[in-house]
Amino acid sequence: MAKKRLRKFSASVLHWFVLVFFTVLLAFPFYWMVITAFKQNLDLYTVENNPFIFNAKPTLEHLRLLLYDTRYVRWLGNTVFVGVLVVFITLLLAVPAAYALARLTGRWGQRLGIGIFLTYLVPPTLLFIPLSRVVSTLGLQDTLWSLVLVYPSFTVPFSIWLLMGFFKAIPKELEDAAMVDGLTRFGAFVKMVIPISVSGILTVVIFTFTLVTQEFVYALTFISSESNQMVGVGIPIFLVRGDVYFWGSLMAACLITSLPIALLYNIFLDRFIAGFTVGAVK
Amino acid sequence: MAVRRAKVKSMGAAQDPALGTAMFAPAALYILLLIGVPFFLAMYYAFSDARIGNTDLHFVGLENFRSILQSPSFRSAVKNSIVFTLASQIIVIICSTILSTALENKFRGRGVIRYLILLPWVAPIALGAIAWKWILDSIYSVITWVLVWLHIFKPYGAPMWLGEPHLAMASVILVHCWRLIPFSTVIMLAGQTAIPREIPEAAAIDGAGFWRTLFQIKIPMMTSIISVAVLFGTIFTFTDMTVVYILTAGGPYDSTQTLPSLAFATGIQGSDLAAGAAISLFLVPVLVVIAYLMLRVAHRAEAT
Amino acid sequence: MPVVETRNLTKVFKEGELGAVNDVNLETREGEFLVFLGPSGSGKTTLLRMIAGLEEPTAGEILIGGRVVNDLSPRERRIAMVFQSYALYPHLTVYKNIAFPLKAQNVKKELHKEKVEWAASLLGIGALLHRKPRELSGGERQRVALARAIVREPSVFLLDEPLSNLDAKLRASAREELELFHRRVGTTTIYVTHDQVEAMAMGDRVVVLDQGVVRQIGTPREVYDEPADTFVATFLGSPPMNLVEMGDFIIGFRPEHFRVAETIRDSPKVAFDLHVQNVEYLGAEYILSGSLAGRRLDGKKVIARLLLGQSFEIGKTHQFAVPEQHLKFFDRSTGKRIEPRTLEWQ
Repeated sequence: MAKKRLRKFSASVLHWFVLVFFTVLLAFPFYWMVITAFKQNLDLYTVENNPFIFNAKPTLEHLRLLLYDTRYVRWLGNTVFVGVLVVFITLLLAVPAAYALARLTGRWGQRLGIGIFLTYLVPPTLLFIPLSRVVSTLGLQDTLWSLVLVYPSFTVPFSIWLLMGFFKAIPKELEDAAMVDGLTRFGAFVKMVIPISVSGILTVVIFTFTLVTQEFVYALTFISSESNQMVGVGIPIFLVRGDVYFWGSLMAACLITSLPIALLYNIFLDRFIAGFTVGAVK
Repeated sequence: MAVRRAKVKSMGAAQDPALGTAMFAPAALYILLLIGVPFFLAMYYAFSDARIGNTDLHFVGLENFRSILQSPSFRSAVKNSIVFTLASQIIVIICSTILSTALENKFRGRGVIRYLILLPWVAPIALGAIAWKWILDSIYSVITWVLVWLHIFKPYGAPMWLGEPHLAMASVILVHCWRLIPFSTVIMLAGQTAIPREIPEAAAIDGAGFWRTLFQIKIPMMTSIISVAVLFGTIFTFTDMTVVYILTAGGPYDSTQTLPSLAFATGIQGSDLAAGAAISLFLVPVLVVIAYLMLRVAHRAEAT
Repeated sequence: MPVVETRNLTKVFKEGELGAVNDVNLETREGEFLVFLGPSGSGKTTLLRMIAGLEEPTAGEILIGGRVVNDLSPRERRIAMVFQSYALYPHLTVYKNIAFPLKAQNVKKELHKEKVEWAASLLGIGALLHRKPRELSGGERQRVALARAIVREPSVFLLDEPLSNLDAKLRASAREELELFHRRVGTTTIYVTHDQVEAMAMGDRVVVLDQGVVRQIGTPREVYDEPADTFVATFLGSPPMNLVEMGDFIIGFRPEHFRVAETIRDSPKVAFDLHVQNVEYLGAEYILSGSLAGRRLDGKKVIARLLLGQSFEIGKTHQFAVPEQHLKFFDRSTGKRIEPRTLEWQ
């Protein structure tokens, strides 16, 4: 009896140790962002001070600097602009394509689906050099339009893959019933399938948007001027004078940008995982 | 008779090739133009003398390849790419197995912890990297402070985390692992919930304890999920240039340069598009192998 | 000494609600095939899982082989279990599946082959040893599950509705195989099912459960012919026993005992008038349904099962009767069986 209780106790101690260890390891940098963002510079840059506490009063100075003296807000605006357009383009391309692959093209559908998946494996770090040439040839160098043009190249394959899973889960009988009632196949698609798939489409919207905010290589390569940059590149590259980083404002920026994305992800996580594993394992 | 039956069947199964092609074509065309074409362009540039700002182009054969294969920074980049990727994957798989096992059963606070551990994956890569750059700063690093406080180092006697080659490599691997553990853990959790409840129960009745059940029953049953996690993780690490660029910019002395970051440094910063393209092409063999392995996993999973 | 015994066993999942298992007392006899029978939600599976050690009891004791096992983990209880889905390890061959319990209990490697082959031959699956579970049919999987269970020579087998995943045709032959297996091996077995035909066919004794409470424990004959209450009476037998309320008691008679009055000649009987409403011809028998007519019984619905050779018109009333010995009496408020009463209207 005692042996069993001891075993149970040490098992839960181990369990909690593992959880605490990983939670600290993974979440610590965000805690650090919070502390740094609100610490006064003279507190921050004194080596002897205990970094975990506020040795001087917390300050909003870094936040003020970030919002008023840097291009941060402009970058946010750029990112939203690009994000909205890319989401729009992605839906326009991916929704019909995913439906076509899920429903209409039989055996070929499977092969094409695999093909789409494979294109997702072609990384930006392979394509960015030729694309930079293409972008400058088209005169889109240093404009946000270059990103609007290029970003769907990684959002579309991924979205097709996610949506295929959703569409496959909708029973064919629904569309057949609609067609018997008089709709064309395309009409059935628009009037029946899309309304039912709203949650899937919403998931794709969220993930496309987050993919846009996360992107680094293309934005770094195509955009050179500070005011045209996206938030993911602007923060680490431009919040610096020479060699000196504005750590306080930098961390504030990281925090403000990361948390909403994290919130959105958490809400849609289960769908995302289903899409990943179903898509890969089917 | 057979013809009529076939027609009725096709309405039900709904093979409508014309509409299907029309719906699929825009996406296909776009992908062809923005992935297919640049891919071939990359190969084309690799055999040319393309430079930024220079519009004419000449064919130079294998010249680019010859010169990069001889360059020490290229060889170092290849080595680093392989080492970083392998080391990260091994660490990530071990950690995510442990973590996903710990998260398997419900407990109070599970939702909160799930949110917290996902943060590294959902935050934009560059922002996570720059946060770590601050944590590993040569003077103000919090890690240094803690180690000095524990009297492991004398004040100002701690190493420069991003300044010494081996430590810098370890730091890059650390950041990659930090980003990938949440992703892998979530995938493994999905794999664990896919195991029917009765199987670990049968193992318990058969006499297996916790560890035996984990290693001999559960993990083998999750091989296809684990493979998915490993393959994706490998791609993410192998083709990433962001972490290196922000954390160390390839330094010190190219010790953390990887193929993608070298391609960027050469092609964009160094304006030598052709050499950059040639370097990035070396990613292709690895990607092909991974694509093949993924198809194998998918095929085998379908067979069960 | 009984192999498995439970004393006041109770399991409550949610505080304040009725338990899934309430105060169950039972004991098995050596070598018997004991069936836990009940509808879904009756607690029979929970009861089995507590005996296995997969659920912790809220109260009460479980004894195996005479010692209290409440604190022992499943592997320490020397039991074997066959799940509804068989729970075969999909990534291991049949051989390795059967050998797994031996491996887990650190049996010497040299002995594995001998024991696995013994278990396999007992179930006739020697030829399947190198296959994987996904290549096997439902019946073959059952046999592998049984082989895996028996290889450790446990003191008791626990079977959780192993036939319910098989299709109807297979079920009959699989059932027969199980019965033969039990006869060969002779290990005490506890078998959970909701199918009363299985219970009657296979069980040496049946434990009838409803809402976590034991209604009756007895041989198939006892639970069928002498049900302890109305639940047992209506749960066993298809179509179920007819129950007719009469004042403060209920009379019950089985459809097969409800015959045309004339045909019952040599035993005392009780007569009823049946107003026939529906006749179903099932090939081997007729099912008549209708309502009783006359006196206080007007309108009560009853069913009769009759053999070939009789034809009835819908809408007509006939005189039926039940042999007195087959008429059962139950208390109206508790449902429990009571002594025969005199019927007022006779």
